[in-house]
Amino acid sequence: MTLNLPKDKLVEMYRKMLEIRFFEEKVFELYAQNLVPGTIHLYAGEEAVAVGVCSNLRRDDYITSTHRGHGHCIAKGADLKRTMAEILGKKTGYCKGKGGSMHIADFSIGMLGATAVVGAGIPIAVGAGLSIKLRHTDQVAACFFGDGASNQGTFHEGINMASIWKLPVLFICENNLYAMGTRQSIAMAIENVADRAAAYGIPGVVVDGNDVLAVYEAARKAVERARKGEGPTLIECKTYRHKGHSRIDPAKYRPKEEVEAWLAKDPIKRFKEKLLHANILGETEIQQIEKEVLGKIEEAVKFAMESPLPSPEEALEDVYA
Amino acid sequence: MRKIAYREALKEALREEMRRDSRVFLLGEDIGRYWGGAFKVTKGLAEEFGDERVRDTPISESAIIGAAVGAAITGMRPVAEIMFGDLTALAMDQIANQAAKIRYMFGGQAKCPIVVRTPFGAGVNIAAHHSQSLEAWFMHVPGLYVAVPSTPYDAKGLLKTAIRSDNPVVFCEHKLLYPLEGEVPEEEYTIPFGVADVKREGKDVTVVATLFMVHKALNAAEELAEEGISVEVVDPRTLTPLDKQAIIKSVKKTGRIVIVTEDCRTAGVSAEIAAVVAEEAIDYLDAPIKRVAEPDTPIPFSPPLEQYVIPDEKAIIKAVKEVV
Repeated sequence: MTLNLPKDKLVEMYRKMLEIRFFEEKVFELYAQNLVPGTIHLYAGEEAVAVGVCSNLRRDDYITSTHRGHGHCIAKGADLKRTMAEILGKKTGYCKGKGGSMHIADFSIGMLGATAVVGAGIPIAVGAGLSIKLRHTDQVAACFFGDGASNQGTFHEGINMASIWKLPVLFICENNLYAMGTRQSIAMAIENVADRAAAYGIPGVVVDGNDVLAVYEAARKAVERARKGEGPTLIECKTYRHKGHSRIDPAKYRPKEEVEAWLAKDPIKRFKEKLLHANILGETEIQQIEKEVLGKIEEAVKFAMESPLPSPEEALEDVYA
Repeated sequence: MRKIAYREALKEALREEMRRDSRVFLLGEDIGRYWGGAFKVTKGLAEEFGDERVRDTPISESAIIGAAVGAAITGMRPVAEIMFGDLTALAMDQIANQAAKIRYMFGGQAKCPIVVRTPFGAGVNIAAHHSQSLEAWFMHVPGLYVAVPSTPYDAKGLLKTAIRSDNPVVFCEHKLLYPLEGEVPEEEYTIPFGVADVKREGKDVTVVATLFMVHKALNAAEELAEEGISVEVVDPRTLTPLDKQAIIKSVKKTGRIVIVTEDCRTAGVSAEIAAVVAEEAIDYLDAPIKRVAEPDTPIPFSPPLEQYVIPDEKAIIKAVKEVV
C-alpha cells in the first residue's frame, strides 16, 4: 500500500497506534501489580484495524465496540486519562467506575460504547445507521466485532437489516483467528468471514489487518459508499492479538511458530519501517513521537492513580434517566 | 364521553406522539401497510406517516430491538412492536443486557428511550409459544420500566408517557383486551408511571390485579357484592415503578389482600407484590396473603386445558372468601 496521504495524517495515525500499544502495555503492567480490578482484554497487535478505520471517521460519526475495546476508544479520540481512570474503577473514569475495561463509552465523540456480549453491538450499530438515515445526515457508523461474533445470530440479523435498508454502516470484523481459545476452523467452515457478505448482497473485503494503510483504504471506500447512501460494507481484517484472550489466558493453544510469525508482522513495526523507508519520518522524529506518547500515557496513569474511587452509594445512581 | 377500543386507544397514542415529535418512529414485523400489526394496532399509520416511520422489518427480533437501541442512543425515539410477548425471548439480550444497562454501565452518559410494545396473555387457543404472561421477567431487570394497561384509557395515557420517557419501557398489552371498549376523552392527557388506579372501591378485601385479570376481578367483585362482601380492586398500571403506597394504603383499609395475575405463580408478579405487603404492611393484615395465578405450567392448547390454567372469576371468589 502506498503512502499517498498527507504527512500530518500519516504521523497522526502512527501516533495513535503507538498510543494504543503503550497504553495496553501500561494496563498490562498495572494489572500485574494488582491495580486493575477484574479482567482485561488487550488490543495490542490489532492497532492497525482501529486506527485504519477511525482515521476515516469524523467526530460525529459513530462506532460500537467490544470487550477488547481500549483500542477503538483511543482511535476514535477518547481521552486517555478518563479511559485509564475507568479501567482502574475510578470516579473520574468515563463511566464513573460503573463500566470498567469492557464498557467504555464517550458519547461526545460518537463512541457509543463497548458491549461485552459478543455480537450484541452489531444490531446497535445498525440502529445508529437507521437513525442517521431517518435524520438525513451524512454520518456513518462503524461496528467493530471479532471472528467469534460473526457466528452469532445478531451478525446475520444485523447485516441483513442494514443491507435491505442500505444503511451507512461499516461492519469491521477483526479476525484474530481465535474466539477465546476456539480456532476459527473449529467454528466455521469458511476461511474468510467476508465471504458471508455475498449472502446479503453487499461488498465483502478481506484486508491485511496488520497493514494500517490497507485497512485505511478499504475503510475509505466503505465510508464513501456509506455516505453516498449506497449501503453497508463488510471488511474483514486479518490480524492477531499479541496476548491471550484475557489476562488469565497464557494462550497455549496457539502454536509457537504461529505466534512468532505474527509478531514479525507487528503492525506498528511495519508502519514505522514504511515511514522511515519513504523518508516521511526520521529516526529522531520517531524517537520524539515515542517520547511524547509515553509522556501522555504516564500522565494518564498519574491522573488515574491519583483519582478518587467512587463513593459506594453511587452504585445506586444512573439506573434511570 | 366517547368510547373506543383498547387497540384504537393505543393507535391514537402512537398517532398523536408521531405528529408531536418527528423523532418517534415505529418498527416491527408486519406493522406496515398490509397487516397494520398482527393485532391491527398500527393499521393506517403507514398511510399517514410513510413507510420510513412505520417500518416493516424482517423476522429478526434481536435486530429489531438492537436497532431501536442504536437509534435511541443517537437521538431517535423508536417504538418497537414484538408480535407476541413470548418472542421477547429472542430479543432478551438487547432488552435486558443492552437497553436496560446502557445508561448505568456508561455512567449516565446515554439515554435509551425505546418502547417495546408486545401482547401477552392466554385465552385464544394458540398454545405455549403465543400465550405466556412474562411481565415478571422485565420487572427483574433494573433499568426497565414495565407498563401493564388494563383499559383503553390507561393504554392511551400510559403509552404516551412511555414514548416521552427517557428510559426503556416494556409496554405489556393483552391480546384479549384489544377489542375491549372504554371511555377515552378526546382531549390530550397522559398518565404518570408509578401511580396505581383503584378500579373499584371497597372495604373488606383488597384485590390487586393486572391486565385482563382486572376485568375478572371486577366481575368477581360484582358477584361478591351481592353476597355482602365489599372488594376493592387496585390496578398498579405499571409494575416498574410499582405504586407500593397505593397497595399498602388499600391493605390498611381492608386488612386483607388477594393478588390476581395471569403469569406463573412462582417468582411471578404476584410474588413480588406479596413480598412488598409482607415486608411493609404485615401489621395491617387480618388474614394471610392469597395469590391467584397460573399454576406453573406452559399454556396448553385444547380449550378445556387452557381454561383450567387461566385464573378465573371462580378462583378469585374462592380466594376472597378464604380471607374474609
